[in-house]
Amino acid sequence: MIKLTLNGAWINMKNINELTALRDKFKNSIAIRTGDTAAANGEKHVLVCGGTGCHSSGCNAILKKLKESLKTHGLEDKIKVVVTGCHGLCALGPLIITHPDEIFYELVEPDDIEEIVTKHLIGGEPVLRKVYHEAIVDGKLISFHETDFFKYQHKISLKNCGIIDPECIEEYIARDGYQALAKALTTMTPLEVIDMVKASGIRGRGGAGFLTGRKWAYAYLTDSDKKYVVCNADEGDPGAFMDRSILEGDPHAVIEAMAIAGYAIKADEGFVYVRAEYPIAVNRFEIALKQARDFGLLGTDIFGTGFNFDINIRLGAGAFVCGEETALLTSIEGHRGEPRPRPPFPAIKGLFGKPTILNNVETFACIPPVILNGPEWLSKLGTENSTGTKVFALGGKIKNIGLVEVPMGTTLRTVAEQVGGGIPNGKAFKAAQTGGPSGGCIPAELFDIPIDFDNLLSIGSMMGSGGMIIMDEDNCMVDIARYFLDFTVEESCGKCTPCRIGTQRMMEILENITEGRGEVGDLEKLEELGEHIKASSLCGLGMTAPNPILSTIKYFRHEYETHINDKKCASGVCKALFQYVINEKCIGCTICKRACPTDAICGEVKKPHFIMQEKCVKCGVCHDKCKFSAINIG
Amino acid sequence: MSKIKIKINNREYEVAPNLTILEACREAAIDIPTLCYMKEINAIGSCRICLVEVKNARSMPAACVQPISEGMEIFTNTPAVQKSRKANLELILSDHNKDCLSCIRNQTCELQKMSADLGVSDENRFKGKMNEFELEDNHSSIVRDNSKCIRCRRCIAACAELQEISVIGAINRGFDTSVGCAFEAGLKDVPCIACGQCIVACPVGALYEKDETEAVFKALADPDIHVAVCAAPSIRVTLGECFGGKPGEFVEGKLAAVLKRLGFDGVYDMDFTADLTVMEEAKELVERLTKNGKLSDGKLSDEKIPDEKISDGPLPLITSCSPGWVKYCEHYFPEFIANLSTCKSPQQMFGAIYKTHFAKKLGLDPKNIFFVSVIPCTAKKFEATREGQSAVGDGIRDVDAAITTRELARMIKKYGINFDKLPDEKFDSLIETGTGAGVIFGTSGGVMEASLRTAAYLLGGHLLGGSSADKIDFEEVRGDEGIKKASYQIGDKTINVAVASGTANAKKLLNSIKSGETNVDFVEIMACPGGCVNGGGQPVQPIRVRNFENLWERRAESLYKDDQNKEIRKSHESPLIKAVYEEFLGEPGSPIAHQILHTHYAPRGKDIKV
Amino acid sequence: MKKIKTTAGFMGTSEQKEKLIAMIAEHKDIKGSIMPILQKAQEIYGYLPLEVQQIISDETGVSMSEIYGIVTFYSQFVLNPKGEIAISVCMGTACYVKGAKDILDRISANIGIKPGETSKDGRYSLDATRCIGACGLAPVFLVNEDVYGRIEKPEDVDDILKKYTES
Repeated sequence: MIKLTLNGAWINMKNINELTALRDKFKNSIAIRTGDTAAANGEKHVLVCGGTGCHSSGCNAILKKLKESLKTHGLEDKIKVVVTGCHGLCALGPLIITHPDEIFYELVEPDDIEEIVTKHLIGGEPVLRKVYHEAIVDGKLISFHETDFFKYQHKISLKNCGIIDPECIEEYIARDGYQALAKALTTMTPLEVIDMVKASGIRGRGGAGFLTGRKWAYAYLTDSDKKYVVCNADEGDPGAFMDRSILEGDPHAVIEAMAIAGYAIKADEGFVYVRAEYPIAVNRFEIALKQARDFGLLGTDIFGTGFNFDINIRLGAGAFVCGEETALLTSIEGHRGEPRPRPPFPAIKGLFGKPTILNNVETFACIPPVILNGPEWLSKLGTENSTGTKVFALGGKIKNIGLVEVPMGTTLRTVAEQVGGGIPNGKAFKAAQTGGPSGGCIPAELFDIPIDFDNLLSIGSMMGSGGMIIMDEDNCMVDIARYFLDFTVEESCGKCTPCRIGTQRMMEILENITEGRGEVGDLEKLEELGEHIKASSLCGLGMTAPNPILSTIKYFRHEYETHINDKKCASGVCKALFQYVINEKCIGCTICKRACPTDAICGEVKKPHFIMQEKCVKCGVCHDKCKFSAINIG
Repeated sequence: MSKIKIKINNREYEVAPNLTILEACREAAIDIPTLCYMKEINAIGSCRICLVEVKNARSMPAACVQPISEGMEIFTNTPAVQKSRKANLELILSDHNKDCLSCIRNQTCELQKMSADLGVSDENRFKGKMNEFELEDNHSSIVRDNSKCIRCRRCIAACAELQEISVIGAINRGFDTSVGCAFEAGLKDVPCIACGQCIVACPVGALYEKDETEAVFKALADPDIHVAVCAAPSIRVTLGECFGGKPGEFVEGKLAAVLKRLGFDGVYDMDFTADLTVMEEAKELVERLTKNGKLSDGKLSDEKIPDEKISDGPLPLITSCSPGWVKYCEHYFPEFIANLSTCKSPQQMFGAIYKTHFAKKLGLDPKNIFFVSVIPCTAKKFEATREGQSAVGDGIRDVDAAITTRELARMIKKYGINFDKLPDEKFDSLIETGTGAGVIFGTSGGVMEASLRTAAYLLGGHLLGGSSADKIDFEEVRGDEGIKKASYQIGDKTINVAVASGTANAKKLLNSIKSGETNVDFVEIMACPGGCVNGGGQPVQPIRVRNFENLWERRAESLYKDDQNKEIRKSHESPLIKAVYEEFLGEPGSPIAHQILHTHYAPRGKDIKV
Repeated sequence: MKKIKTTAGFMGTSEQKEKLIAMIAEHKDIKGSIMPILQKAQEIYGYLPLEVQQIISDETGVSMSEIYGIVTFYSQFVLNPKGEIAISVCMGTACYVKGAKDILDRISANIGIKPGETSKDGRYSLDATRCIGACGLAPVFLVNEDVYGRIEKPEDVDDILKKYTES
């Protein structure tokens, strides 16, 4: 057993050899978590997922119980317990994985721990009832790597998440951590670094997909006494949490990449702007920063090359628009996070008026492997103009809710049906929403389109940060559009006219439509306003705000028309446009009557009941409670 | 700098390289409409009215902020551009109180003109929810009607960037964004200095002066009341703008004529009390210089300091004729209150001496006098209500109504007087037109220069390197710089002076005095950039004029020209001034002068009251 | 977004003020530090009433209108204190499609205040929040630090709330 504590000799490493020696020292201890059974040498690791998802579902209690149990059985020195970052399957948390035998437990509860320890860790027999259900096929246990959720994935930016202890820099180093920084600093010129990033073809993963290398080159070419590297971790798309997972699971990757970027553009200071709603991520990142400084990987004269770099953390305060780069900079400068006109672009005049590059967390996480393995290593993956991989946060009506990383160019169908496991309850796919409030809804008939930046744009959606919400026949597309627009209206900064007033006006029209007051001409007006807001807004938020509406009108126009002309919501979502009615199957059991919060149901025992529509608030409780399918949407 | 080639609407132009599209197009005789843009202080690209198309650009850039580049092809009037501009205008109109007919800015509203120019055919096309606001009219000088506000933020820029006061800002977010004070307090409950720069920045009727014309009309209609009026120096170079004149047009004769036709019983020129202020302030300066050991060698010639302590305040002496500045000092730099000249402003001196000395001469009971000033300034309205501004006592204010240039223009229009056809007339001879020194009070540096002319005399020619007492043109303190400094020799001593206009510059100067970096003896500060000619009560010029023309330079030039043409250019040489001291005040700084013409100040704090 | 103005009276202690002033002194020379200062001030007081903003303005020289502009721009800053029982309902996409709105309405009716408000006695506060990232547990709401997920139907909140109201 190697104790992973700081070894004074390694602190403030001054050359790449020290780093490599440290890596080699810890390499084996990590290898056993990546399928290298030979490296295990009898060692056992139990990985407890400590991502926000598992945190919310109670992983701390699991961890406590696990440690107690191991102690009781005298195993605390023999079996190593590691808290890792996210594995992606957040809906099934708390998660536990054992190594080297790679048993993946789902929905673990404190009461399951004793059994797992005694039966599995001591007895060698996995507790099948808690094993990840997809990993049991026809009663036989398969490696979780072979399950659909994992086997189509290709992890680059998430490569360390769920494997290393994010609070332990040695584990990052053992996974070739900081080798890329060492390589850049000691063997490459800044221009060579930029050229390599350019050659990899990597595009910004947070929004419009601007070429990262080109952005760096602009900042490099701008002369200034001071430059900044800024990491955008203000992940605000509802449902998207890849940046958080990376910060929680592999914070050093971001630090290393930012330092590389600093070297490339000649900046000595970085800022990470992270959502305040991500306390675990902030905490782990702070720990990582301290470790990096302790090891001399941040600070002055890094690797003895004379290069100085350090990073500050700034917390967001709840404004989606701060994900827009100029708004983010304005926020760091201490103002209302309102975007400013470009040009000047941040690479020329950014933070505090100095040349600044901004990339998001996921983009940065891809940088170290590119530097280490060369540009082709990334560019051979993906499509011609969208290289590498992309992380998606799968959500909505899908079996496997969670975080997945797939090569660019993977089809939506593969992601939804294979990785995502399809829709529960055998319902039919209706659409996928990508790109959050900036993106659009893609109908099921376009599911075979390979996902990349340009394809998504061409069908009226966008990559955005990578949220992917799957919708089935029960989802009303007008309501979905209204939901996303409501988000944008709420988050509009209020600076420019089209976004401030235009989105509000679109919202009012949508509300009218969903509440039964739609009029002929509304759709045309929505389209006109939508196109207008796209064309004339000040920043990306406004320019993309109409996408959810325009795309749903494009692909689901009939649904809007039904709402407007027939005043009907076929999915039974828009409350004003449907009624609950009790049919002939009612036997008068009174369950619905008793459950109704507004006393809207009348009827005597054993006689058919009746809903008084004027009292009904359409909460649906009666519908859910009825055991006889006697209440339906009419 | 070498020029670059661009194309505008398919025509080639060669223009300077550092222009924005807006500026380049203007050179090509194309006026692109703008709302939010204010040169240098509000380049925020937010209203999206000035959109143009640029070949190969991803979206339509805002002409006000987009720089031109070599080979750029700009299209200012494509159907897409017209449609976008109009749609944004219609969106603005959808959250704007469109009671245009009863709006104070009816016919001078930029939004109204733009609606006509861009051909808005249905102002209710995007009708929907509107933000609701209450009218705020409890401030001494400024009325805010946020229902008219279009969120262009020009007032915020005027307050925060131009004046660096920042009592108003953008609050809330999204559709609910509005312009307001912290905690939505009223202007009267925040440290607002009432300068009115927000008003002259406002394109619509969301900000305007507290109207006092009704009270004036009422007094005029009352046969038992003697209604006197005096017009401040700068009015003669701005009033014409309200009647189609060019900025700076000199209309002193028409001004006197129109005031007489409005029915005032006495029509006077405030230049007189500007001269009076010079007398008192120059004296105060000499006293403070002496008391502070600056003139200990006693090289004063024919003047001697009276034994009774009149002014033992510290140096530098700072002028106090700008009430916005005085209020600023009381809120933000209370440590300089002792430095303020105790002299009342010319407006207040006029009311004070009119209701005392001249009332006696005219055989009037001050109670029956309604004294009106026409001023370029909204803070003067506040000043008139200040405590310590009553020479007569008994709650009789020195000044009963202070009306701005704009209010006077409205009165003229209401009376149906054809301004253009008016003959040139003179102010009433009881109080003759003042000196050139009085005239230049209307511009930044003018008070300093006027005072120096008299101080030079008082100091018996020892000023100015000992040359002579005759120096008249103090070029050093003229011009459009925000802070001007000069030094003058008095015997073996150097007297340092400084002039600042705009509170942003005042702040800079005061801080540098505080830090010891600047060592000065006499300072002139005016709250508005450029002084009274650019006051918050002056005619509101639309932004397409303001952005491209230095209004206050035009207006100031006109004042200096008048000064140049005046026979008497030094206050102390005015026969009227001499007579007033002889008949009534004794000498400058006398106890009676102090009682009538001086006042006091107190710190106001910066706290917000909710 | 319009902030609901402060309703509760100010009950800051001299200890809090000392802490605030020391914190500001520590931060004020850092460029653009007004945001971190406001965040830390909110940690000290739980909210940002006039009195606190005025101290920050006086100590940093940033004008009150600018500070208030910042406070009303970011949803994290609040002008009302959190209730002793602070409830927030996640309105993220996953939760929304699984009925978060009904849960919010149920709670609102239950405790008698609207989202964004704090009850007069300071006991309850209710918020509708953006995605808290627990999408796998959707729909989710929080009472203080406790997370309640996989809520099957709105009326399930009644029992959960009872645990707090009766203690």
